[in-house]
Amino acid sequence: MSNVVLQVEDLHTSFFTRMGEVKAVDGVSFLIREGETFGIVGESGCGKSVTGLSIMRLLPEPGGQIVGGKIILEGKNLLELSKKAMRAYRGKIVSMILQDPMSSLNPVYQVGDQIAESVRLHQGLPENMVEPEVISALRLLRIPAPEVRIKEYPFQLSGGMRQRVVGSIAMSCKPRLLIADEPTTALDSTIQAQYIALFEDIQAKTNVAIMFITHDFGVISRICDRVGVMYAGKIVETAPTREIFKAPKHPYTVALIHSVPRLDQKDERLFSIEGQPPSLMNLPPGCRFCPRCTVALDVCKEQQPPEVKISDNHSVSCWRVK
Amino acid sequence: MTVAPNIEAKTTNKRKGGVSRWSRIMKNLTFIIPLSIFIILILTSIFAPFIAPHDPEATSLTERRLPPAFIEGGSTKYLLGTDSLGRDVLSRVIYGARVSLSVSLMVIAITAGIGTLMGIASGYLGGRIDGFLMRVVDIAMSFPGLVLAMLLAVALGPGFFTVVIALSALGWAGYARLIRGETLRIRNSDFVAQARISGASSWRIMLRHIFPNVLNPLIIIMTLAVGMMILAESGMSYLGIGIPPPTPSWGSMVSDGRNDLDVAWWISTFPGICIGLVVLSGNFLGDWLRDKMDPRLRQL
Amino acid sequence: MTRFIIIRILQSIIALIGIMVMVFFLVRLSGDPTELIKSPNSTKEQIEAVKIQLGLDKSYAEQFLIFIKDYSRGEFGKSFMQMRPVIEMIGEALPNTLKLGIPSFIIGMVLAFTLGILGAVRRDSIIDNTVKFLAILGQALPGFWVAIIAVLVLSVHWQIFPAAGMDTPLHYVLPVGTMVFFMLPGMMRLVRSSMLDVLDSEYVKLARIKGLPERVVIWKHALRNALIAPLTTAGMIFAGIVGGAIITENIFNWPGMGRLALSSTFSRDFPVVQTITILIAIMVLGANLLVDIAYAYVDPQIRYEKS
Repeated sequence: MSNVVLQVEDLHTSFFTRMGEVKAVDGVSFLIREGETFGIVGESGCGKSVTGLSIMRLLPEPGGQIVGGKIILEGKNLLELSKKAMRAYRGKIVSMILQDPMSSLNPVYQVGDQIAESVRLHQGLPENMVEPEVISALRLLRIPAPEVRIKEYPFQLSGGMRQRVVGSIAMSCKPRLLIADEPTTALDSTIQAQYIALFEDIQAKTNVAIMFITHDFGVISRICDRVGVMYAGKIVETAPTREIFKAPKHPYTVALIHSVPRLDQKDERLFSIEGQPPSLMNLPPGCRFCPRCTVALDVCKEQQPPEVKISDNHSVSCWRVK
Repeated sequence: MTVAPNIEAKTTNKRKGGVSRWSRIMKNLTFIIPLSIFIILILTSIFAPFIAPHDPEATSLTERRLPPAFIEGGSTKYLLGTDSLGRDVLSRVIYGARVSLSVSLMVIAITAGIGTLMGIASGYLGGRIDGFLMRVVDIAMSFPGLVLAMLLAVALGPGFFTVVIALSALGWAGYARLIRGETLRIRNSDFVAQARISGASSWRIMLRHIFPNVLNPLIIIMTLAVGMMILAESGMSYLGIGIPPPTPSWGSMVSDGRNDLDVAWWISTFPGICIGLVVLSGNFLGDWLRDKMDPRLRQL
Repeated sequence: MTRFIIIRILQSIIALIGIMVMVFFLVRLSGDPTELIKSPNSTKEQIEAVKIQLGLDKSYAEQFLIFIKDYSRGEFGKSFMQMRPVIEMIGEALPNTLKLGIPSFIIGMVLAFTLGILGAVRRDSIIDNTVKFLAILGQALPGFWVAIIAVLVLSVHWQIFPAAGMDTPLHYVLPVGTMVFFMLPGMMRLVRSSMLDVLDSEYVKLARIKGLPERVVIWKHALRNALIAPLTTAGMIFAGIVGGAIITENIFNWPGMGRLALSSTFSRDFPVVQTITILIAIMVLGANLLVDIAYAYVDPQIRYEKS
């Protein structure tokens, strides 16, 4: 087994609002190894993006706060770092790609400047080395004619190209961990496929650990080595991708997988999950999926299910799984 | 779809750890108080003759510059005192509400009407019509408003309708520009394309598809304009080009009292406070509506 | 870019011509100036002679042609009342207005931008709440009323600042304060909300993800984008200095353009009113033009599209 890059232990992140505390992430644990892609999948609002932002320590302020747990990156607990020390980690050791390529580049600066900014900040290169470094960052994301691109403004680029630029910024300092928050959601499906292929390529070259956040199990199957399924602030099942498709254990995972349209199956009826996730302000005492679960037991209503390890790297939280 | 977007929307404005009922009450108060002030203003304007204790134009030379009742020397006969001609300040403030409100409502109706018409036509039809209308807007926006008001006051004589015409003549341009922008945005939307595909006429599209979609910003700026118009009217009255005496208008009352400031501060102060209160309420209501209906317009 | 500027200049000239037409007819609508000059025992012949002297005996069409011809040559005529060249009278009044307007503009904008940005960056802090409170109050209270109260308290009561005259710097405090009061609240609010929008944006988030210090995030990434919207308003406020000074000058008896405009309108001094109106319009149109060009500088998208 290769080195563990990121280990998240019992992370709790809440938003304090006028209406009360919203427990967006409520006891999440997982780890990601070097060169591995770990997917976090779930409906919108399950806390997957908040998990990503918690690791960056860039929660929306005021209101967002990490209440408990540990985020250990390369052996250091990020939650114990000073603001300044954390800033030195961002962009250099851990980086992130945001969902919307149209709005995540600053419209008034040239593309090259926006990448060079990171390079200058973290690498301490002499000025004449900055531009070659920027160009090589663009090359890493297979951006054609990088020498021309650096002089262009974001509005001159297509959506797919912009998202590659965002990727170049994220990868420009060769981080150990890359958090990709739905990076393909805003892209056309053909460009999506290219972009996913790029991720594999980058990983092969840099051995970066990737945390891939998505709501789309189809994307997961193409890129992730392991998956964590998140529901209402908790990870309900963690397993290698192949295993989770072959033998999903949690009823929610089963439902999610069945709701992915597939061309290779005769059964044309798409599965959909009835009801809505619970309010994160007013959580049920038992299993959070219980109100929507078709196979719920009496105990599900009253007690939260414990996490059960059914094999070395497959664990589930469900009363049905013993 | 579910919880997250709501969480994010809710948290952006909130204070850390502010789980207070207090702030929620405050939030509601910023809506209820201005609304009440507006309702009181409207009722006062309608029922002025029944509420006002005195005739607002009746002078009493023996009772000039009497202080308000709550100050030594004041009497309960004149709750807010009297002005330099012995007129009851309270009654004048009450009747002044009528003037301020009717001027601003009339101006808003006219300017919003013309501006919306022009804006939609300009934005939807485009081309030469747009070019022409936008030059007219340029003219209206760069013509000095107070100079126009002064010229009209001299030409037509100061009066209620002169004020309305002066404020309307240039005021529509702002609406036209905003509504044009909104129309341009809506024109490219799918439902307008759909209407075109199904053969709807330009008129029908402008009336049935564009107009309902510019209503939100329109209502918001109309609400915000109530305060602006009251301020403008009072400014004109102050310069002597507004509603002429003896008709009570808040602006002219402030102006009347300025020479007596050191001996009778109440003459200018009470109408000034009324202007401030009403404009404040209008702005709060407008802001509240904007947050409810169209937060995108925060910069208006 | 050049094409864009040329089109904008042409549009401004069209608007200016429109304003000239409008003001020409509006001043003539305001009545016959000779009625104000004549005495009860002036004869018809005398009045006719004055009309001929002022050029008011000709038809409107003729007068209009002369007006356009003179103005396009930069000849603004003589005042009907003072029989002096209009340009001379404006030469006396305009500097006074600018002495008031420019310091007010600078103070107003510096305050608006500093407070607006601070309010947005330290959202919900004491500074922010003060900014919000001031903005709300300032937009609601009539400026002339506040000025009157300030005169009452600061010059009548405590006698700190004089209420009229323009001899010492102390004389400037109240009028400049009043003009700042007119400009500040709306601008401050606009800067704050524009900055808040930008601070919420994804690219500011990305700048933080890069690990940039907060200082760089705000001053480099947020500010330039946040300036785009308030720029127009700043331009309009600057252009409105002359027109906006009318009330302030009236309160403080300041011998500037505003008072000249007021008195010459009431005395039907056509050449003066026309010239002042056109001058204000040129300032507004010019400021708009400059704002558009500045926009192109700040926002590369405009720069490229219009080129």
